[in-house]
Amino acid sequence: MSSTPERPLTRNIRPGEPPLDLVGYERAGGYRALRRALRELTPSQIVQQVTDSNLRGRGGAGFPTGKKWSFVPHGADGGLPKYLIVNADEMEPGTFKDRLLLEGDPHQMIEAIIISAYAISASVAYIFLRGEYLRATELLTRAAHAAEARGYLGAHILDSPFSLALHVHTSAGRYMCGEETALLTALEGKRALPRYKPPFPQVVGLWGRPSVVNNVETLCNVPHIVERGAAWFRALGRTQDGGTKIYGASGHVRRPGAWELPMGTPLRELLEEHAGGIRAGRALRALLPGGASTAFLTAEHLDVPLDFSSMEPTGSRLGTGTITVADDRTCPVALLRNLEHFFAQESCGWCTPCRDGLPWTERLLGAIEDGDGEMQDLEILEMHTRFLDSGKTFCAHAPGAMAPLASGLKIFRDDFERHIRERRCPWKRAA
Amino acid sequence: MSTGDSAAMLAGAAQAAPAAAPSAPLAPELTAAIAQLVGQYDDKRAACIEALKLVQRQYRWVDDARLGALARLLDMSIAELDGVATFYNLIYRRPVGRHVILLCDSVSCWLCGADQLRARLEQRLGVEVGQTTADDRFTLLPIVCLGHCDHAPALMVDEALHGDVDAAGVDRLLEAYP
Repeated sequence: MSSTPERPLTRNIRPGEPPLDLVGYERAGGYRALRRALRELTPSQIVQQVTDSNLRGRGGAGFPTGKKWSFVPHGADGGLPKYLIVNADEMEPGTFKDRLLLEGDPHQMIEAIIISAYAISASVAYIFLRGEYLRATELLTRAAHAAEARGYLGAHILDSPFSLALHVHTSAGRYMCGEETALLTALEGKRALPRYKPPFPQVVGLWGRPSVVNNVETLCNVPHIVERGAAWFRALGRTQDGGTKIYGASGHVRRPGAWELPMGTPLRELLEEHAGGIRAGRALRALLPGGASTAFLTAEHLDVPLDFSSMEPTGSRLGTGTITVADDRTCPVALLRNLEHFFAQESCGWCTPCRDGLPWTERLLGAIEDGDGEMQDLEILEMHTRFLDSGKTFCAHAPGAMAPLASGLKIFRDDFERHIRERRCPWKRAA
Repeated sequence: MSTGDSAAMLAGAAQAAPAAAPSAPLAPELTAAIAQLVGQYDDKRAACIEALKLVQRQYRWVDDARLGALARLLDMSIAELDGVATFYNLIYRRPVGRHVILLCDSVSCWLCGADQLRARLEQRLGVEVGQTTADDRFTLLPIVCLGHCDHAPALMVDEALHGDVDAAGVDRLLEAYP
């Protein structure tokens, strides 16, 4: 661990100030990695570097990026165009890290796209941006135009044989678009329904052609890995998962915010030192470590390092790394009702367990919160956590919805039973 | 397909449209902007979501006639395009007010008082979430997490994002939108 941790992803970001323009970004060392990539490295050397760096997907799944890229067919491939798609559809409740990168340093995003597209030999790239991120749309569009005028985008970039067209696609809502195959369907101008895997998008993706979908934060690491090397990147982390991570905290903390810290920073350090701890006079009830689709953690888990591997024994996941904190005045049944409302509403309706199961869980949680629950409802909720689990539904949406519910039913069992026994919510004052 | 080809095809479609719908539902500059969008994709219909948003930006919402005109422009069936339009919550297939309030109801905002903020808005506007005020000034809609959780509770009014919104703050905010 370094005494002054480096923060490559946010080094150019000054809160309250506009992001660096092209000239400012270049002065800060920007587009140097792109020059190095195009002049000194072959695409497969970059894939190897990213593989060696142990960079894992920052969208939440933690899939090794180099491995994902390695599945893209290389060589001529009968002239089929390949696509790189940036998943900038940040919509996981409690997550606000990609917005920081998109608005804070748009040229870093553009440079990352160009190098990554070169690594997988993609000739077209799309930024799939959620419709509400209007500031990011404006900044990225402007940055892309400036980069093109400078010869970093378009035909024969920096006089190399490599050409890339970049388009900013702005979406129109629906959480489902963040699922990578549903994102591809949405990008084709259709309802955002997920696709069966295999074939994986790297082989059969956008319009049936090889495509890679990567999260914003994942890609933003690539220029730094190219410039500083895989060993440097791995050493940034405090545990076996390399690099830094944009962590965040929201909910009942004193100082909500987002911070770039070494990967593997302990949960306690994030919560107490950076977020300032729980609001005065209150105690931690539970927290979601990385978005609505991660299982709850409680005070007993505070010493866990926040990385992909260390989180596994807790039964939860790192997810997006932005924690959502609930204090001891929060009704856990109401909290779960809010979460399952989100998932029920955002189900795309394609597969029956998800379409019908999620609204059922929401209704049961509502009944219990309102004092109309029966003990049997707890069994039905538990049944859903099994029937909507991984492998039982078409995509990861419903299993994600069941993660907080399954953990919540265990952790908050007494609170559930009390609601049912007393036929009211104990957190609501008697009228 | 190159941009030039699709632009030519779109121009043709636009000229043909008035015969079917005498009121020419899409303005010419809108048709041109949609043609430009089409050039970003390998398949014409891929432009439909952003095209629907352009239509909506001009006319506030997407009515049947304009949906039909856009479907013709993009070589899609009306049913196909309506299937897309009704899937995405930021496409409005019903009239909305002059200003649309998108109020976050996801977990971080809920923890930080989104219910109280909703109650205040509903009381001030005299509508429930999902409705438009009688004077057509505001439509109040729910929205999923806006990625502004460190400033919860958050909402958007039209294209502007607002965070740390309390009851007094929301009163001032509404005044800025006549």
